[in-house]
Formats: sequence, C-alpha cells, structure tokens
Amino acid sequence: MSLRTTPFHPRTGPLSEGQAWRRWAGYVVASSYELSHEREYHAIRNSAALFDVSPLYKYLITGKDAARLLDHVVTRNVRKAKVGQVLYTPWCDNEGKQIDDGTVSVLNEQTYRMTSADPTLRWLHLNASGLEVRIEDVSETTAAVSLQGPSSRAILQLAAEQDLSALKYFRLTPAVIRGIPVTISRTGYTGDRGYEVWVDAAQAVPLWDALIETGTPYGITPAGMLALDVARIEAGLLLIEVDYFSSRHALIEAQKSTPYELGLGWTVATDKERYNGQAALEAERLRGPSWQFTGLKVDWDSLEFLYAQMGLPPRLPSQAWRTSVPVYANGRSGRQVGYATSGGWSPLLKQYMALVHLESQFAKPGTELLMEITVEHQRKSARALVTPLPFFNPERKRA
Amino acid sequence: MAKRYDAIIIGGGHNGLVTAAYLARAGKSVLALERRPRVGGAAVTEEIFPGFKFTMFSYVVSLLRPEIIRDLDLPRHGLHILPLESTVTPMENGNYLAAWADHDETRRELYRHSPRDAEAYDEYGHLMHFMARAVKPILSMVPPDPTSFAPGDLFALLKLGKHFRGLGAERLHALVKLMTMSSADFLDEWFETDVLKATKSASGIIGTFLGPRSPGTAYVLLHHYMGELDGVFRAWGFAKGGTGAVSEAIASAARSFGAEIRCDAGVSKVLVTNGKATGVVLENGDELAAATVVSSLDPRRTFLQLLEAGDLPDDFVSDIKRFKFRGSSGKVNIALDSLPTFTCMPDGGPGGRLHRGAVSISPSLEYVERAYDDAKYGEFSRRPYMDIVFPSMIDPGMAPPGKHVMSIFVQYAPYKLNGGWTDAKREAFGDAVVNTVESFAPGFKSKILHRQVITPLDIERITGLSEGNIFAGELALHQLFFLRPAAGWAKFATPVRAYYQCGSGTHPGGGIMGASGRLAAMRILKDGT
Repeated sequence: MSLRTTPFHPRTGPLSEGQAWRRWAGYVVASSYELSHEREYHAIRNSAALFDVSPLYKYLITGKDAARLLDHVVTRNVRKAKVGQVLYTPWCDNEGKQIDDGTVSVLNEQTYRMTSADPTLRWLHLNASGLEVRIEDVSETTAAVSLQGPSSRAILQLAAEQDLSALKYFRLTPAVIRGIPVTISRTGYTGDRGYEVWVDAAQAVPLWDALIETGTPYGITPAGMLALDVARIEAGLLLIEVDYFSSRHALIEAQKSTPYELGLGWTVATDKERYNGQAALEAERLRGPSWQFTGLKVDWDSLEFLYAQMGLPPRLPSQAWRTSVPVYANGRSGRQVGYATSGGWSPLLKQYMALVHLESQFAKPGTELLMEITVEHQRKSARALVTPLPFFNPERKRA
Repeated sequence: MAKRYDAIIIGGGHNGLVTAAYLARAGKSVLALERRPRVGGAAVTEEIFPGFKFTMFSYVVSLLRPEIIRDLDLPRHGLHILPLESTVTPMENGNYLAAWADHDETRRELYRHSPRDAEAYDEYGHLMHFMARAVKPILSMVPPDPTSFAPGDLFALLKLGKHFRGLGAERLHALVKLMTMSSADFLDEWFETDVLKATKSASGIIGTFLGPRSPGTAYVLLHHYMGELDGVFRAWGFAKGGTGAVSEAIASAARSFGAEIRCDAGVSKVLVTNGKATGVVLENGDELAAATVVSSLDPRRTFLQLLEAGDLPDDFVSDIKRFKFRGSSGKVNIALDSLPTFTCMPDGGPGGRLHRGAVSISPSLEYVERAYDDAKYGEFSRRPYMDIVFPSMIDPGMAPPGKHVMSIFVQYAPYKLNGGWTDAKREAFGDAVVNTVESFAPGFKSKILHRQVITPLDIERITGLSEGNIFAGELALHQLFFLRPAAGWAKFATPVRAYYQCGSGTHPGGGIMGASGRLAAMRILKDGT
C-alpha cells in the first residue's frame, strides 16, 4: 500500500475479511473487519468495540506557557483545567469561524496533548510567538486505540495495574498495561462508556494483544469506521469535512460556521483572556446564531408511505451516509430551511436519524419539517421531527 | 373499593405490559397485575445457577414490532436487540449446512450442496419477500370479520381483497399454496437439498403440534421474511439481558408513562355486573375497580377461568373450549464450562461464528418428521428437533467471563404425555436432549455445569400458559386472523362489555411481537374508556 498503515496494522491487517479500508489523514484504517459492520456496531452498545484511532494528529505542547498558548488557540478555558482533565474543544479563526475540533489533555502542569483532525502544527506555531513553549508533532510516534462500550471498563480494569474506578468522564490517568506504560483517557467518539489508550507506537502491537486477550471473555470486538459512524451520529457528534468545513478550507463565507452554529456554544468560555475569535464569538453569543445544528428523526409512516406509492417496501440506508440533503419547511411555503449532512438508520433505536443544520427559527425541538428522500430515482419529501441531540445518551457514559 | 382505575390489565407478560404502556401513554390510569414475583410472563430472564442467566422459556425475539420500540422509547429503558447472525445445521454424516449473514457466503455454502438450489434460493427469497409483503398489512391491521356487514369490516375486507388481487395470478397462487400446503411439500417444489428443506421447514413447526409434512405449516415460513420489511433486516434477534430484558424495558416505559405495576398479585376473578366488567378480585380477596378490564392471559383462562359460566354466550364458550393449545415444546437451559465442539465444524467456523448464531438440529426431513411421530403417539421425541443458541456469545453478560449458557428449544415434548409428566420423565427428556446434542458434539456432556429441563407442564405451572403453549394457543391456520381466538371475537373485544383481551391468544398471535398488545390498546382507546 502506498498509504501508510498504523502501528496496529500487523494485527488489524489480517483481521480484514473483505479488505475494506478507509483513508484517514494519510493512513488506512479498517472500514469494517467483517463483511458487514453490523456486529461491530452492536459491540459498541452491547460489549466493547476496539478501534484503531492512531491517525489522529497529536501534538505535545510543553513549557511554562503551554497553557497560555492553548488558551489563546481554543475556545475553552484551558488554564482552569486541572491536571488529568481532558477538554473537548473547537478552535476558531479571528472571525470566530471554526477551524477544527479536538481534545486538549492536561498531562501535567506544563505538558499538554492536543489532538486534531487536520494538521495543526503551523497554526500552533503562528500563535506561539513570544511564548516559552515547545510544540512537538507526536502523530507518528504515539499510537492510540479506543475501547468503547459497556464492558470497556471491566476489560481495562483487568488489563491495567491501576485502579480505574475513580476515572471520571473526560479525565485521564497514566497507567501500565502488561508492563507497557500508557495513558488512559475516558473519552471517545461513540457517546457510550469508553476509553482511549495512548501508547508509544513501538508498543502498539503488544498493547493490542493484551487488550484482545483480556477482553475476549467480555466480547471485545475489533471495529471499523463504518460502525463508528453510526454510533457517532446516535451520539450527535459532528465530523469535520462532513458536518462542517474548516474555515481554512472554505472557499466562500457561507461554507464557514461558528461553534454556536454547530451546537458547540457550551465550549465557548466567557471567563477567559483574549483568544482567537473572541470578539466575534462574543457578538454572536449576544445576537444568537442564525443557524443551529441539531437532530432530525424521519417519520416512519411517512417514509413507508413514500415507498408504498411506488409499490416498494421502505428502503433504509445500510450504512451511515454523509452527503448534503435538503430540508424543507412543512408549510405552504415549502421553502428550504436547512440541510442534513449525516444520516442513517439506528439499529438500536429503530429510527432513521440525521444531523441537520437549520435556520434557528426552525430548530426548535418538535418542529415538523420535510427531508428530501430519493425514492426510485424520484425526489420526495418525508416528514421529519426536529430532535435534540444526542439521539442516544446512556447513563453509563458518565456513570 | 378505593381507587377506580381507567384500566386494569391482568397479566404482566410482554403483551399485557405493552397494552398498559400504550394506555398510560394516552393518559389513562392503569394498573397491571402480575401473579408472579416478577413481570415478563414467558419472557423472563432468571439466574437459575449462580452467575448464569437464562431466558427461561422464550429465547429469541422474533419480530418485536419496531413501532413499539420507537413509540415506547424502549432503548432508553434498556432494550437492545442484537442480531443472531447465522444458522448451522450439523448433519449426521459429519457435514453441515450453514446460512451465514453474508449473501455471497451463504450462496457459496449452498452451492457446495447443490448448485441448482443455490440459484433457487435467491428466487425463493424474492418470492417470499412478495408473499411477506402481501401478508404484512394483516399483521398491523385489526382483523376484519368476513361475515360482518359493518362498514369498517367491509372497508377493511375490500382493502385486503384489492391488496391480494394486486399480487397477480402467480403470486396469488403461491400465497394459496403457502396457506394450505405443508412446509415440506412447499419446499419440495423449490429445493433438492434435504437438509436445507429440513432446516427451513423446522421453523414452520415451532409452537405447533404439527410435523413438517402436516398441511398448513408452510405459512409460518413467511414469518422469517416479515422482519426485513420493517427495516429490521433480520427477523430474529436476541435481546441483551435475555427476553426478560424486553419485559423489563416495556415495564419501565409503562411506569414512565404513569402505569402502576403490581407483582405477586394474581387475579382470581373478573367482576361482571349486568354484562359489563367492573373490576377484578385478587387471589388474596382484594377487590379492585376499573372502567375497563383487559386480560393478557390465554383465551382459556381469559374466558373460562376468570369469568363465571353465565357471563358468556354458550356458543362462544364452546368455541373457546375447542381452541387448541397443545403445547409441544420444551426448553433445556444449560450452564457450560466451555463451548461445545461440533464434529461438523471443529474450529467453530471463521472467527468462531458457529456459536454466535443458531445451531439447528434438523439434519433431514425424515429426522424432523420422525421426531413428530413420537409426539403424535404421546411420547417426547427420542431424537428431537432443537434450536440451539449460546446467549453468552451474543451478550457476554449472560454468563461469568469465559463461561457460557446454552439455550435449547426442543420440539416435540407433548403436554399430554403418555402416563403424564413426572420428575423421572422430565429427566429422561433432558437426557434425550443432551444425548442427541452429544451425538453431534462429542464431549458436550463433560462441559455441563448445570442443566434445567422445562416441560410444557412446567411452562403451564410457572407461567400459567394453558397446556404450556408458548404462543398462548397453537399457531395453526384455523386459529389465526379473524379466527383468533374465536370467530367474531378477534378484535380484542369480548362478549362481556368493557372486558378486552390483548395477549398472544389474539390476532396476530405469538412470538415476542407485542403486536396484539398494541392493537388491543388502540382498540380500547378508540372505544373510549
């Protein structure tokens, strides 16, 4: 393969039954290991799914001014974060338009790890002038797996030497798994109970083996991106280049979004010093965003009716889709009031769900709208209900 | 009497709970009464052996209606239905037949047995898809009475008639065949591979006292194709936590809508005044008043046990007396130290997938028919048809880590056994089951940590289901649709005003569908309480 494989590839490669790989940040990772992603999806909600998330961009920021730099870049208040805390956060340009989203982990008072979907090294350097800080790209030297699902804790607890019972949601701890030093963070992209394990790339394979061996009696299941995509939609988690465009890649203003427009208003700190986009975001906060990012449930009877008109049973997407689909007002005007960017069938909820951008006045939960559905080559509209995100939010996620 | 409820539901099985939940959701004050210490009826999960959880009676979730899952928000209450991926049938010559989740793999597998059948399989699936669609509207429709002239019935019949005419001649003929033929005969028209026909026809006899060569069994073949029309993709699934988790989720949803659920509260009698139900009397003598009383029990108990003889018209009583139960299946639950190794697939198949799906002990049509022969003459099958699943392979929480539970659905075990069921007979039946499994998986016996054998008599004794029929009445054609449970009374109402029925003994019948519970609730709400 001319693309790079991850440090786990010696184990994940042979697992692939259908040679279905997806590109991610210049690497390939499994779309699904089995021919269908169905069982891998259910493992996320039923037992534990193991994902290779090594392609994430990872930066180590160290030095006296590390917190100051990050606080200046991201929208959340990094200086208030305690050692062992992980912040999910977006970051913006000076106009308050979102560039990317990722996590900032406080490893110790002067050491932070930042993850991002796009390369961020240059942006960090641009913001670091005059600061006493060292920025290191550890994307290739740090491997990561994500263990997600109700049994994830039981498995990790058996594998790790440290007591993990006190590890709270969005906290991390250094740990040792079969002699391998790792960092375990209670984070993930599934909206379920889950952890991510960060390890030196050279130790990736023995870590994988340790987790698989420990987890097998608990139903641990290696899982790929197709399964993850369904879970992240259920969890209402957005994806760059799918649900929004980085302001640095946008060709026109309309392609840009602010955190407020993406349902991330909660990540914009109002109690911190100057940071990128502050003035614009403050103005938007006072004004209220003109767009909102929310959930949409497609009404089953309506969907069934559209297909029945063609003499067909309802067809459901067998995978999550990531195309732009128009959403209309369900009134006389029938005007387009938004668009869905991700969608799919939730096997758990038995629900056709979509993530949508809506003009704010149409974004109130319970609002009835119409979503475009192509039935037998013809454009139709199915009734759909605005639903707050996430679609699925089990107590075990935080418990 | 203190509080008067809008509705009292007798029986906390899944259908009773579904009715309770829908009525409560509509704002009614609802009380559901369960005789046992826990809800679920035949859909219960119990830890019979420390650390090992068993779905006591029912074992897979067939066709739990997706609209119920959505309407009642069941996933929020803990419901998660997991796919059962495959079916492997070990053969007596050491070979096997597998149906895998992937179409190409299944096709290649079938090709190994018969290239002709591999092609026929797709065509058969295509036809069954149409047939399932033809029958499906009936499932969600309150059954019209063909002898009635009420506009509603006429309209519904008209709709059905139009629907069937729209099928075209070829498919209409196939539908008639499905409704009349034996599953063996129907499958003979399609396939030459005996083990394929045996495994498919076995699914047509579950819950009936019929063999694969008995007319009328072909209809049940359709059920397997019904699910995919609802976006379920798979007709069969396993509920995380066992079938008891389905009941618990529905109960939790019902409570969230304000329904009251009382366990250890058996009902001895329905109070009827001037031909109208007014409440119930509990086994402890307490009387409870309600505007509507709904029974989720089977028809025999709903009408012959809970009511006085004089409450019902004689012809109706004789109809109900004729309603057939004939429990024909048993269940063996086994706690395992490790998974059994089947001779036909010692490595458990690619990725160990054998144990993640069903194992069907139906090696030939003759085998299954002979199993029925034993039952016809009042004996349990010496070598029974079995549908085996390993719930701990699907939901690891069902057993301690590394250990397993095995659920064996066994047919036939007639309720009316020659000489009656005794403890010794029960163990002999259990031995027949274990010995048969051992013949396909040598060494199996040595892995057994604990075994529980359940006969139809046990099912009746524990759940109350008459004659231990898991579908609350045999799923035979003469007991379906507008005939379930009796002609003229298939629409959830009963000859007693304000007394309704909502269990599997009403249309559309058994399995953990919840459909009758939902339709009954709709009917009650429409009638107004």
